[in-house]
Amino acid sequence: MSKKILEIQNIKREFRMGTETVRALKGVSFDVNSGEFVTIMGSSGSGKTTLLNILGCLDKPTDGKYLLDGVNIGGLERNELARLRNIKIGFVFQSYNLLPRTSALENVELPLLYNPGIPAKERRERAVHALESVKLAERLNHTPNQLSGGQQQRVAIARALVNEPVMILADEATGNLDSRTSYEIMALMQELNQQQGKTIVFVTHEADIAAFSGRTVTLKDGKVIKDCQNDNKRSAKEVLSSLPVSDDY
Amino acid sequence: MNVINLVRIAFKALQRNKLRAFLTMLGIIIGVGAVIAMVAIGQGSKKSIQDQLSSMGSNMITIRPNSNVVAGARLNAGSVQTLKIEDVKAIQKQAQYISAISPASSAKGQAINGALNWPTTIQGVSPEYLDIRAWTMKDGVAFTDADVTAAAKVCLLGQTVVNNLFTGGESPIGKIIRFNKIPFRVIGVLAQKGENAFGQDQDDIIITPYTTVQERILSTVYFQNIYVSALNEQMTDTAVAEISQILRVSHRLKPTDIDDFAVRTQRELINTFSSTSQLLTVLLTAIAGISLVIGGIGIMNIMYVSVTERTREIGLRMAIGARGIDILLQFLIEAILISITGGLIGVALGIVASRLVTIFLSWPTLISESSILLSFLVCAFTGVFFGYYPAQKASRLDPIEALRYE
Repeated sequence: MSKKILEIQNIKREFRMGTETVRALKGVSFDVNSGEFVTIMGSSGSGKTTLLNILGCLDKPTDGKYLLDGVNIGGLERNELARLRNIKIGFVFQSYNLLPRTSALENVELPLLYNPGIPAKERRERAVHALESVKLAERLNHTPNQLSGGQQQRVAIARALVNEPVMILADEATGNLDSRTSYEIMALMQELNQQQGKTIVFVTHEADIAAFSGRTVTLKDGKVIKDCQNDNKRSAKEVLSSLPVSDDY
Repeated sequence: MNVINLVRIAFKALQRNKLRAFLTMLGIIIGVGAVIAMVAIGQGSKKSIQDQLSSMGSNMITIRPNSNVVAGARLNAGSVQTLKIEDVKAIQKQAQYISAISPASSAKGQAINGALNWPTTIQGVSPEYLDIRAWTMKDGVAFTDADVTAAAKVCLLGQTVVNNLFTGGESPIGKIIRFNKIPFRVIGVLAQKGENAFGQDQDDIIITPYTTVQERILSTVYFQNIYVSALNEQMTDTAVAEISQILRVSHRLKPTDIDDFAVRTQRELINTFSSTSQLLTVLLTAIAGISLVIGGIGIMNIMYVSVTERTREIGLRMAIGARGIDILLQFLIEAILISITGGLIGVALGIVASRLVTIFLSWPTLISESSILLSFLVCAFTGVFFGYYPAQKASRLDPIEALRYE
């Protein structure tokens, strides 16, 4: 369980905006071990989006070293990064980003279509399995507009899981959801983390949500200001059961 | 990358936007349909002109007097009379590549039968003329060489003349008609030949021995034309050269003199008509090609809109592992699927349209495989050509910006 999934050493990222240079990350270092549930906290402007892009292999640091599952990202080119995203990372976005007018099953199959080694039959089986693990086995052929926000996000999580990535990277994954649904999603995340040992990196600005993770890294002005284990980690399931049952849901 | 997967991805993307895909296709459908229908009409009219010409006897060679230089002034073709019976005899004797020869001398006048009269042309020819023109008898018999020698006052009537002089439906055979006051005995009626390619009524004619016209009507020793049949179409050119040689000797022309006659073949006419209808085909194809290009621009336009509209989708695909080339190929395949499907529908539409034109407008059409193949290839190429640029634009998007695109 102590295998390092992420190794970040003194990462810097600078953007050139006309004549000015914006330093979004000013030397960030931390590691994430396999099986950890880490939240990255920070207000807007703290550099967490920039960090997320780098963690997700969508962007490369200007300086510093980033190893994802032992692979140094710095030396890779676009296509190699794409391949890495395909097999190592499962993205979950704030706005779900499901393909419209496409069934849940086909949405989940999507990452596997970009992985040529997987035959059609296995692709379907794995997609069904991923949807089952997010408790949507009954909704395989529903299109996104036939699903609630929480269900859509669960489809997105299934899509992140289907390639069996080393890390799930969630970007404000509860940002568009109401409290109850947010807790449901967090309960699902906790379940995936605890029962299946998935490594989860969850970017959020809500301290409320961060409390469900095992560890919180807080960013401010492009630097890590706090990196601590959550001693009193909350269980999303318990919070959920303590919520009054509202009949408007 | 697995191309089958990409085709599947592209196909699903099109399925999500059926109406838009169809509307995009419409340009290609109309373009390809227009190419095929228009080329079919062009080819059909070309073929019908050729058929018409060969019914005139496509191995026919016509000799006419040519312009001549008189005191330094060049005169009109046919303004001089140079063809005589000696020429006919010389050709008959020496030429090896001809099967039939007939001089022709014609005059206009009024044909009269009792109270009915009709302005028409009398054509003096030899009995071989009917073979040269591939003309058959409907009724009665043709005149003979003996009638030619005797300058007999016998004649064959064209159908139009019969219709105008014998309105009661009685048989004209054996009746006496008058042409310019000269009485002729009708011995035969010619089969209907219809109008020629120039719209002239070929049946509005009276045919009689050439000697009769020369001696009794025109009082001349010259002919306006000599008609010759080559052995077959392929030998027409050889026959023309041979005839020219014989006539130059017969007319005692010096090597420096220009020909005082002109030898024309039907093939030249066929070629003239062919090139005319070729022009027609090119013109129609150009119009159709333009509509195909417009269809292609339609594809490009929609693909561009599509790339912009689906920016987030592209960002997502990149985030979950699509490489630039995958995105490029996806959009390219979408464009090709649109253009090929549109092409297939267009081919069907073009064939149906050509049939309908034939059925309802009675225009001859000829659907050529080459036009189908060509327009199909062109539209596949259109798909690649007009799909590439938007596809390339999509593939170069930055996934970070694409994902945040609103």
